[in-house]
Amino acid sequence: MMLQNDYVPFPSEIKDIIKHTDIEYTFRMSYTGEIKPGQFFEVSIPKYGESPISVSGIGKDFIDLTIRRVGKVTDEVFENYLGDTLLLRGPYGNGFDVNLYKNKELVVIAGGTGLSPVRGVIDYFSKHPKAVKNMKVICGFKTPDDILFLNDIECWKKTANVILTVDNADETSNYNVGLVTKYIPGLRLNDKNNTVAIVVGPPAMMKFSVQALLNIGIPEENIWISQERKMCCGLGKCGHCKIGDVYVCLDGPVFNYTKGKTLID
Amino acid sequence: MGYVAKNDILDLFIAQLTKQYLIFAPKRFKNGGIYSDTDCIRYGEVTSIDQIVFDEKSEYSFKETVLPVIQTLFFFTEGSTKEADITQKEIIVFLRSCDLHGMKRLDDMYLHNGPADYYYQQIRSKVKFVLIGCEHSFENCFCVSMGTNRCENYEMSIDKSGENYRINCKNKDWKKQLSDLNLAEEPVAPSYVTENLIQVSIPGNLEFTVAQSKIWDEYDSRCINCGRCNFVCPTCTCFSMQDMYYSDNGKVGERRRVWASCMVDGFTDVAGGGSYRKKNGQRMRFKVLHKVYDYKKRNGYHMCVGCGRCDDICPEYISFSNCINKLSEGMKEVSK
Repeated sequence: MMLQNDYVPFPSEIKDIIKHTDIEYTFRMSYTGEIKPGQFFEVSIPKYGESPISVSGIGKDFIDLTIRRVGKVTDEVFENYLGDTLLLRGPYGNGFDVNLYKNKELVVIAGGTGLSPVRGVIDYFSKHPKAVKNMKVICGFKTPDDILFLNDIECWKKTANVILTVDNADETSNYNVGLVTKYIPGLRLNDKNNTVAIVVGPPAMMKFSVQALLNIGIPEENIWISQERKMCCGLGKCGHCKIGDVYVCLDGPVFNYTKGKTLID
Repeated sequence: MGYVAKNDILDLFIAQLTKQYLIFAPKRFKNGGIYSDTDCIRYGEVTSIDQIVFDEKSEYSFKETVLPVIQTLFFFTEGSTKEADITQKEIIVFLRSCDLHGMKRLDDMYLHNGPADYYYQQIRSKVKFVLIGCEHSFENCFCVSMGTNRCENYEMSIDKSGENYRINCKNKDWKKQLSDLNLAEEPVAPSYVTENLIQVSIPGNLEFTVAQSKIWDEYDSRCINCGRCNFVCPTCTCFSMQDMYYSDNGKVGERRRVWASCMVDGFTDVAGGGSYRKKNGQRMRFKVLHKVYDYKKRNGYHMCVGCGRCDDICPEYISFSNCINKLSEGMKEVSK
């Protein structure tokens, strides 16, 4: 029997680079294969190591990986690998199953780079607006300079109710100011029991957003979150991402909130 | 059936085995202990029966024979990768019942939790086990409480009894080799312990809510997060990935995995400064509940095999078995 070596990465050509901010770029990588939004790849730079990066966009022969420059691997990606290839292995994780959200009212709440893993879900329902009853997106960033996927956000507005907010902005800016939680009580939902919500972002943002959703009457089993942990091997072996009996790289990173609320470190 | 042999005859048998196998067993490393003038008993390659330590517990488990402390996964050469070679020789490991039960835990983690691990799978397919019988319990052992004091899935068992070695052989090829040495057959069964000085009791009502108990707080100050308990444990499976480059040629290097510990700093660090379980008590809670609660939830049986090596090795005299026995008190506290 031919054994498969899941640890050896494969080279993937960088087809395009979209610069969002000084420290956040989307790398469009050549890739063909089955993939779901919310899954992730281990991006590898020899000598520096690997980083788990969520898939932020899916095309026929490419995937988008939105990378934030926050560590030694991502520093190296930004400095030395522009216009070349990256080594990848994956996809790993369960990802978002869009079928779970069909024919329902969908609320997506994303904070900062948390928009990356859910971008594919929003894109899907933007292109298939009849597949959901309606879609509402609240995305929050620290300042206007930190906004990701601005062009996409403008496109989504054609079919979805999109609220773009920033934590801080000067008086001349036209942006909504405030945390994403500020806009949750005002969501107009026809049938809360038939509303599904996805929340992805920094831990504090997710905690308070979920609380706000529960407060307006969304059942907890209708809420989905994506967990962040050190996912070193992606294969359920290395143990770094384990929380209780759950391996985030295998069983997640996407969890229904009924499970997600039990994942306490 | 089995055989009784003296060491000179057994050495002939071992010499035959070494043609086909690498043999690993607990071995004495003179002055290799953590204190001056002390020895260390750990696993190493042996070529004669006298090199095997039968009367002491090994400080480190058999684990490194199937899961090397540092294992090269592949080499980077300019623009390409080359998988590391894995030993072609078959392997025999001499180990005790608790460790053979530990092997089942390693198998479940590396072969069945997610996709099968390429490197582990290859080594594992080459390994055969020789059970070392336990005539008596060693310090800190609690295998009877964990149900790991007996096992059947060995190729051969061996007990040292005075000058003689008592062998129970299930492997057909080895049986023939032993018969060819003119050893008379007689009934032999491996010895095993039926009681330990230390007993542990895992409460039947154990829930994750015990994480809220104050029992973990004492470890904030007592534990020094050295991670030794993880490294001696036959069931700890975590590792980290590392890249290293050869200084002579900066374009050639290797990616490897090295054992990791959930008790040491940095284990949960994520890019951007995030970190989980910063307190040592939280790490102790994570480890203990993994061994006696959540592993069972996932796999149907407890992870800890009761070898007691974590208690033997801890420089702060923290007792894992004591901690397990505090869990019922912890459950009472959180159930109030």
